[in-house]
Amino acid sequence: MAKRIDVSDLNVYYGKFHAVENVNMTIEPRSVTAFIGSSGCGKTTFLRTLNRMHEVTPGASVTGKVMLDDIDIYDPSVDPVAVRREIGMVFQRANPFPTMSIYDNVLAGAKLNNQRISKRRADEIVERSLRDANLWDEVKNRLNKPGAGLSGGQQQRLCIARATAVEPAVLLMDEPCSALDPISTLAIEDLISKLKENYTIVIVTHNMQQAARVSDRTAFFNVEDTGKPGKLIEIGDTNKIFTKPDKKETENYITGRFG
Amino acid sequence: MTTTDSSATARIPKGKRRLGDVVFAGSARGAGILILLILAGVATFLLIQSVPSLMANTGNFLTSTEWDPNTNEEPRFGVAALIFGTVLAALIALVLATPVAIGIALFIVYYAPRRLAAILGYVVDLLAAIPSVVYGLWGVVYLVGELRPFYGMLETYLGWIPLFAGPVSSTGRTMLSAGLVLAVMILPIITAMSRDVFQQVPQANREAALALGATRWEMIRMAVLPFGRPGVIGGAMLGMGRALGETMAVAMILSPSLVISPFLLQSGNQTIAAHIALEYPEASGFGVSALIAAGLVLFAITLAVNMGARFVVSRRKEFV
Repeated sequence: MAKRIDVSDLNVYYGKFHAVENVNMTIEPRSVTAFIGSSGCGKTTFLRTLNRMHEVTPGASVTGKVMLDDIDIYDPSVDPVAVRREIGMVFQRANPFPTMSIYDNVLAGAKLNNQRISKRRADEIVERSLRDANLWDEVKNRLNKPGAGLSGGQQQRLCIARATAVEPAVLLMDEPCSALDPISTLAIEDLISKLKENYTIVIVTHNMQQAARVSDRTAFFNVEDTGKPGKLIEIGDTNKIFTKPDKKETENYITGRFG
Repeated sequence: MTTTDSSATARIPKGKRRLGDVVFAGSARGAGILILLILAGVATFLLIQSVPSLMANTGNFLTSTEWDPNTNEEPRFGVAALIFGTVLAALIALVLATPVAIGIALFIVYYAPRRLAAILGYVVDLLAAIPSVVYGLWGVVYLVGELRPFYGMLETYLGWIPLFAGPVSSTGRTMLSAGLVLAVMILPIITAMSRDVFQQVPQANREAALALGATRWEMIRMAVLPFGRPGVIGGAMLGMGRALGETMAVAMILSPSLVISPFLLQSGNQTIAAHIALEYPEASGFGVSALIAAGLVLFAITLAVNMGARFVVSRRKEFV
């Protein structure tokens, strides 16, 4: 059920501002692809175009193609809502619904797809998703407590469980660990390695060690100057990007000689 | 230490009371105390002035529906019918206004193009600026006549529900008409409160819902309405507080009688505020004191509803 994403000639705009220029890349199924680059280089913006969340921002627009297997998700006949059900997303700051219990948080998306789920089926989905997210043992005795009462790391794993509960083909993660302590970060990284067996995973990260640890392929984005559009500099196997990148810019960034 | 160590006091000057601060703090404190004094003064006035008639009352003040206090011997009066009418009118207004207000607020915040939203918000606020006597005129001169055929339909099709049982009042000056006009009057405050709280829903929660594949309506149901509920309830109760005390519009529209009648399409019932306004010119004997006693009851009901509203609104802090 994991699917391949094929991006061609993608340009992203906020109103008249050209945010990301001419991206071409292939994201392989059942693998982790990391996006690295300095702040403001457009990696998060680009990530949000992959499940059509970008257009939620007023004035935002996109040109080009994003193929999910054999469907162009920007084809006028495609419903963005359907795209987002197929391509899940985890945000930088954990955002469980504050008014819902842990149980209802996990089911939130699943209930959208299928309003009438039997109690038994619902219990199964909750347990499976929480187990997948390595959270089950910590919360199984307080499923009816508010999701907002968990620690930051637990909340982020709850959000991952909520995203996987709908069994998407692709999981997009926007700096999922940037607000977490090292132990919670490790828990999420373990989880990512486990999830890639079933999902196509794309992760934006500021932490290069993290990209090196969890990803199979790495894409480096850069921006020449503020006000200029961000660009994909190169994408390749993580090993190669971190040891022998093709481009000088990538090497400078990786080795810390940025500029 | 500072008293013995003179060099330290030399470097750090002693705190001194600045005139501007003293004056400002004093006047702010005075204003705060003044509002308490006014409230206490009104309550005391109501209590003291209502005592003579309450002492002389030969009926039961809380359970009787009679109103015969305009005598110096053995007045008989009670507020049962008035309390019922007051609460009924406010409830009708609340039931009619709240869903519309929520709809307007959601439209303004999540559906309307930005310019239209600004205009619409302004127009709703304008509704609050119309004097209640104008609403009353509009209600009695125009609206009740237009509502007559509609009431006929209600009776024909929903007459089996006791609320809508006939015969329909021939003038249309009924509890439902009064409630309807009150609903228009409290619409702005409920809309404004709902709009504010809907705007405060964190973007993170809205995006979480959208990223799960929620449509806009599903996003609203999942993230916006649960988050906004305490604010909407608070707004509704503030609106109800206004509806309870509204005088002029009800006095002009309703054709009153002191009965406890649940039949919304028939004339009858009366609210405390309108009753006071209509009875006061003809009050004699214990009449004025009895009306003040009724006013005391209205004061208590309104205070209770407003305090309830404050309580509900303040509870929202836990969520944010």
